[in-house]
Amino acid sequence: MAVIVFIESQEGVIKKAGLEVASYGRSIADAQGLKLIGVGFNIKDPLVLELYGLDQLCNIDTQEDSFFDVERYSSSIAKIVEKENASIVVISASADARYLGPILSVKVDAAYVSNVVELPSQYGPLKVKRSCFTNKAFNETQSEKKCTLISLSSNSFGLKEKSGTMKVTSETYSDSQSSLKVSSLDKITDKVSIADADIVVSGGRGLKGPENWHLIEDLAEVLGAATACSKPVSDMGWRSHSEHVGQTGKPVASNLYIAIGVSGAIQHLAGINSSKIKVVINNDPEAPFFKAADYGIVGDAFEVIPKLIEKLKARNL
Amino acid sequence: MNILVCISNVPDTTSKINFKENNTAFDTQGVQFIINPNDEFGLTRAIWLQQKLGAKVTVVTVGDLSCEPILKKCLAIGADKAIRIDVKPQDGLQVASCLASICKKTEYDLVITGRESIDYNGGMVGGILAAQLKIPYLANCIQLELEGSNINLQREIDGGKENLTASLPIVIGAQKGLVEEKDLIIPNMRGIMQARQKPLEIVAPETTICYSLVQNFEKPEEKGPVKLVDAEDIDGLIDLLENEAKVL
Ligand SMILES: Cc1cc2nc3c(=O)[nH]c(=O)nc-3n(C[C@H](O)[C@H](O)[C@H](O)COP(=O)(O)OP(=O)(O)OC[C@H]3O[C@@H](n4cnc5c(N)ncnc54)[C@H](O)[C@@H]3O)c2cc1C
Ligand SMILES: Nc1ncnc2c1ncn2[C@@H]1O[C@H](COP(=O)(O)O)[C@@H](O)[C@H]1O
Repeated sequence: MAVIVFIESQEGVIKKAGLEVASYGRSIADAQGLKLIGVGFNIKDPLVLELYGLDQLCNIDTQEDSFFDVERYSSSIAKIVEKENASIVVISASADARYLGPILSVKVDAAYVSNVVELPSQYGPLKVKRSCFTNKAFNETQSEKKCTLISLSSNSFGLKEKSGTMKVTSETYSDSQSSLKVSSLDKITDKVSIADADIVVSGGRGLKGPENWHLIEDLAEVLGAATACSKPVSDMGWRSHSEHVGQTGKPVASNLYIAIGVSGAIQHLAGINSSKIKVVINNDPEAPFFKAADYGIVGDAFEVIPKLIEKLKARNL
Repeated sequence: MNILVCISNVPDTTSKINFKENNTAFDTQGVQFIINPNDEFGLTRAIWLQQKLGAKVTVVTVGDLSCEPILKKCLAIGADKAIRIDVKPQDGLQVASCLASICKKTEYDLVITGRESIDYNGGMVGGILAAQLKIPYLANCIQLELEGSNINLQREIDGGKENLTASLPIVIGAQKGLVEEKDLIIPNMRGIMQARQKPLEIVAPETTICYSLVQNFEKPEEKGPVKLVDAEDIDGLIDLLENEAKVL
């Protein structure tokens, strides 16, 4: 028996989400007295995983194929899950992981539980807390199967170091034929994505127009943050859909979320609620966002942001 | 061409969420139910294929009688037929298994689910359904163009987009971008009248197996009041974020 975690990487470098599932998996493995095995693809620098408590890393070389192939990835992981007779499998909440999860759960006949925010409160049967109603509530879900596949919400557990010794083995990539063929990738490589970001800077209709977005972008740049926007902003075409956050857009679970010129409608708040610290900058003291935020400035975005950028730049020097 | 659009009946996005029976059940009192927003984007895309290629669009929901108003709305929007699988599902696996049994009876070339439903937020039904049917699944689908039996697709990934090709049949997870907000079809009087003549079939579930059970609900803790910082005191804000919140 073992706990298995899916270690995501980009161009061979392990992502933060990979370290978070390793940390989470370690805690479960300790509680259960089980071995913790990571499964990764094309990982170049596996050693860092030793600091997060992995006992073994199964590194799979996908050869010339560098795309995320959900069918071959899930088959490759399923083989290891079966071989190790894993009772718990943990994946992150990235777009790829949430794509993989349901398919993998069928291949290994596991109960799939997504949006998990805590360690299981009980094992046998496994019981775990997850968020639902787009962060407006939580529920406790009990697994009815021998194997449970958990998708862990980003930043909900954090990174916990625990050194040990790890062995690295190489496993073969599934040779099943894929029915989906990736033809190309349009990746914005010089920008932090909302999913990976520790800090997100978000602009709403209060910014008046796309021509003012350099303020949001400059602020994001000094903070090393991702940029986001409210739904009307993307509906009007000021910003791309991929930046729309909220109940019907992307969920945000960053450590810091800064909302500027966003009123704080219930649908917006639902999607960003699980961010740890929320800051609002709005010229209307009655804006609902002030009820949801930790820190706030009542002021004009066009005056506050340039000053904030200037001060942060000075601080970084 | 046969298209199946899977519709989830969810509380309106403005709903305040409350629970009853000692926090073991969702309190539907005073809650307005709507077509899950992601499913509505998918339905609109399906109606376009109906208008362009004469595809037949069937909508299906797994749920009790209370789900019928949204199915009627789907018919008024333009779907040709509705199916209700008469069971109150316990989890996503049960929903997917019920949907799979429908797909085994009639062959659908394209099955559209939403990226996720905004109530349970499982994000799982589409993927499980496809895996059970052993056909491909594309999550976070933001573009779909048919060329004969080939299909060009786009998936939104973290920080970009991926272009793919596949052939039918396929299951997709729809979201905004597949069609735009402004393209959503609002039923008109004619649509509503026509919907009354369209079939709404009620079928018994072939399976009631579920893999997980929700035991109880809980609401997030009330937040403390916001700390206001003067607009002139930017240093004060940076200091709080750095030393109190420790997020810089
Ligand atoms: C089905 C449905 C789903 C939805 N899903 C989402 C969702 O996922 N995400 C989402 O964001 N919305 C969603 N909405 C829309 C939501 O209800 C709000 O309309 C939207 O969030 C408002 O966007 P906003 O805050 O940018 O604009 P507004 O509500 O217009 O707010 C602009 C704010 O800017 C402030 N402001 C103006 N000028 C300045 C200035 N100079 N300096 C500082 N502040 C200024 C104003 O005081 C105001 O508070 C949804 C709506 C529906 C019906
Ligand atoms: N009860 C249901 N009946 C029909 N389709 C559903 C149901 N629940 C979920 N779906 C479909 O599956 C998608 C993903 O839902 P979920 O896995 O619950 O997040 C939804 O967008 C719907 O298309």
